[in-house]
Amino acid sequence: MQCTNNSSEKKVTVIQPNPSWSFVNLTELWSYRELVSVMIIRDLKVRYKQTVMGVAWAVLQPLTMILIFTLIFGKLAKIPSDGYPYPVFVFSGLLAWNFFSSAIGTSGVSLIGASNLVSKVYFPRIIVPISSIGVSLVDFVISAALLLIMMMLYGIPITANILWLPFFMAGLFILSIGFGSWLAAITVTYRDFRYVISYLLQIWMYLTPVLYPVSFVPEKWQWLLYLNPLYAWINGIRASFLNQPIDLLGTFISLSFSIMIFAAGMFYFEKTQRRFADII
Amino acid sequence: MKPIISVKGIAKQYTLGSQLKAANSFREMILGVIASPFKNFRQLSGKDSSQQTFWALSNISFEVQPGEVVGVIGRNGAGKSTLLKILSRITTPTEGQIEYQGQMASLLEVGTGFHPELTGRENIYLNGAILGMGRQQITERLDDIVEFAEISKFLDTPVKRFSSGMYVRLAFSVAAHLNPDILIVDEVLAVGDQAFQQKCLGKLKDTGGDGRTVFFVSHNMTAVKSLCNRIIYLKDGKIEYDGSPDEAISRYLSVGKSGAAQWSDDTNKHDHLKKVSLSSNMNSDMSTEASTNLFQYSESIEVLIEFENTKRRAYRPAVRITDVFGNVLFTSWDKDSLAESDRKEVKKEVLVCSIPANLLKPAGYTLTAFAHVPDDNGNVKVEEVNFDITVSAEHCPIDLGRLGLIFPILEWQRHADAHKSNDKR
Repeated sequence: MQCTNNSSEKKVTVIQPNPSWSFVNLTELWSYRELVSVMIIRDLKVRYKQTVMGVAWAVLQPLTMILIFTLIFGKLAKIPSDGYPYPVFVFSGLLAWNFFSSAIGTSGVSLIGASNLVSKVYFPRIIVPISSIGVSLVDFVISAALLLIMMMLYGIPITANILWLPFFMAGLFILSIGFGSWLAAITVTYRDFRYVISYLLQIWMYLTPVLYPVSFVPEKWQWLLYLNPLYAWINGIRASFLNQPIDLLGTFISLSFSIMIFAAGMFYFEKTQRRFADII
Repeated sequence: MKPIISVKGIAKQYTLGSQLKAANSFREMILGVIASPFKNFRQLSGKDSSQQTFWALSNISFEVQPGEVVGVIGRNGAGKSTLLKILSRITTPTEGQIEYQGQMASLLEVGTGFHPELTGRENIYLNGAILGMGRQQITERLDDIVEFAEISKFLDTPVKRFSSGMYVRLAFSVAAHLNPDILIVDEVLAVGDQAFQQKCLGKLKDTGGDGRTVFFVSHNMTAVKSLCNRIIYLKDGKIEYDGSPDEAISRYLSVGKSGAAQWSDDTNKHDHLKKVSLSSNMNSDMSTEASTNLFQYSESIEVLIEFENTKRRAYRPAVRITDVFGNVLFTSWDKDSLAESDRKEVKKEVLVCSIPANLLKPAGYTLTAFAHVPDDNGNVKVEEVNFDITVSAEHCPIDLGRLGLIFPILEWQRHADAHKSNDKR
């Protein structure tokens, strides 16, 4: 399917069965940007309807996780934390990880969850996974505010390193969209991935320096971390909050990986989306 | 004039899901568990050449001028919905090409994208955005939408607490206020009460009157006829007729379904209901093979039912007529009082139920011949047989556009002394 703007005022649309490779239509996506925000707002509104605690859950969830990880990894396992109080250390990594894991987890099943919409009305399908990642982004912002409050309570200064945060977040966002869209598309055909996602995320968390610092990995094995496209983003987001040195080589490698995954995800999504309504 | 839509040689092929074979032995079951991932993968990825396919649509070509209101009619499975899905870009055609100009909006199901937890107002914005309206556009039309849907009091109530009528009204109202260049509507009028259906039709008519193009699929010939100035009649995935509404509707109604008008219980599925055949009073010689499922409005329908009662149970025979929307028009039991039927002594019997002439509106129906059979524990089992029948418009003096589910011809008398009788009271 393709859209072309005619010289006259009316847009001409051509519907064809062409299975050729093409990239997600970004112009069209832009014209539907309002739908993205509407769907994010819908998910946020629905989430806390008919709950007593309401939005407080958005704060309680990360707090309980910090508490549990601090008790188990900080106090019992005595995992080092680069000289920072363990709760602050773990949260600065956990908030980025939580974003990624909820982005992937929800976007992966987003299309099959929206099957009614997909089979009944036309809109760029990519909006479905993108808006569920957008919801995770809102959670990230809440968590980030919480972390800043925690840092103030612990007396940890916020430095100019924080200016790196948007860059690292953008990298993580691109990786999430690429990987999440690919998962969403492939789950439409192979529902197995619904189960694969949760296994994958569990293992991935321990392969990424979220609960432990990079220095915890023996030096001769540290290069292995570079193979993880998530590595530099998680590590970089922690570094921007906690004023740690930025690993430029690692960032470059993760960025390359992420762009490749993003492009592959978009191509795969565009190629398969024609079949969605028939098989969903 | 340049057509607003031009469709060239559209075809759509679907893959039929192949049935999974059940394992016959433990060994087969184990082998199946190991082999099935490979088989499933081939099947899901669409690379399994052994799968059966069928063409839902083939060689569909037509052009639509701006301002035309085009109806699409046809039996279930004729390809109407597939055509609309391709036009509204939900699914892609296997062959062919479509070109259209301007903004297109489709309403294939009422309330698509409504979220039950959100309020009426929130859903208007959500639904509008899904259908392609901007926030500003919706805000401008909010009052019209709410007024048309008649839900102003409940605007801030979650729609899960709406009655189904309110829900449908709101959903239709949002879509109706879209004002796209091309509007595609699929059988949405099957829901909602008659008054609102009329209102929706009126709204669609206005839309057509504004020079917008409307595509309208319906089984409701009344609605199609009153709304459309052109009808495409689809049959088995091909265009059977494309042109004037009257001609299309009469062709559609006069084609009897190729279903049987006779049935007999060859496999001994039923204990009581053994044989049913349909015929009209014109050829009611029951010994011949003159059974039919195509009836004229002016002839009665004779339903001949044969029962056996080897187990000596007090079964209750009946006949029911259901329209294509699933509305039961009526059910007729052989005895209308619920007093215990004295059938326990009957061994075998033949019953004829006669559905009167000049009653059923010309359209397609399902005729069900059935019996309620109580078993020894008092549970009621239903034995039934369904027939698709068609009542044609031949010899029907009533305009098909007249409102009503049935077309009875009633007796009217003029009371010459009406004034006098009023005075007396």
